[in-house]
Amino acid sequence: MTTAEPMTAPIPSFDDDEEEGGRKLVLICSKGSLDMAYPGLVLANAALGEGIEVHIFFTFWGFEIINKKTMGELKFVALGNPATHMPNAVMGLPGMTAMSTKMMKKQIADLDIPEVPEFLDLIHESGGHLWACRMSADMMKLTEDDLYEGVEGIISATDFMELSAGAQTIFI
Amino acid sequence: MPVATMQGREIHVDEEGFLTDPSEWDEELAKQLATNIGIELTDRHYEVLRFARDDAAEQGETPTLRRMQAVGGFPTKELFQLFPKKPAKKLSYVAGLQKPVGCV
Repeated sequence: MTTAEPMTAPIPSFDDDEEEGGRKLVLICSKGSLDMAYPGLVLANAALGEGIEVHIFFTFWGFEIINKKTMGELKFVALGNPATHMPNAVMGLPGMTAMSTKMMKKQIADLDIPEVPEFLDLIHESGGHLWACRMSADMMKLTEDDLYEGVEGIISATDFMELSAGAQTIFI
Repeated sequence: MPVATMQGREIHVDEEGFLTDPSEWDEELAKQLATNIGIELTDRHYEVLRFARDDAAEQGETPTLRRMQAVGGFPTKELFQLFPKKPAKKLSYVAGLQKPVGCV
């Protein structure tokens, strides 16, 4: 093959300089079910891989995701969820939540996506910041000892305002 | 698909500059690719690159950071140090692989 002008290979920009200005993402995780834990974790992990500063604020039922007692045991409830296309009369029967949780966990594992505690480890190791809501902690009578080790602190709504200044914020 | 000249030979790359034919890669070329994005390769970098390439050859796709840790044993934190800010993309570029396609 003859090429008249050998070209220089393009170099991916990776937008390193842009990042110095600091894109920042804040995710508010407010739900405690298995299916609602993943969107926040997946987005946080993806953002970290792009060099974006990430903070996750866990509030209300979102505490299930960082409570050491529950983080590995999140459930998926099909009852009342029309997207499962299953009749409520069936999904309300005893044992159905355990079954649908098991099925969803298997689908997630088949995609080689980690379980919640391991996912938190991954985010923590990638430099993601985890925060817990003060009011929720007080309501549920939980302290930092009850929470996943990577949680940096229990903070107030006012602290959250400072933390999220200039960030893109997503409520889940 | 652009054909570029690097180190005196023709290399097939995509629009962004990622190699499209992993067999055109060698460790000398890696050195230049790394220099292009401001990284100086150490022995540890090469260990990462070799694993990523072997795994990609076996699996047919570039390993994600999670796989690099779970299967390759390279701690995520370390990958962020070796390939700052965007480890998955940067290491695939230097390894002569495509960007990973998985979400996690």
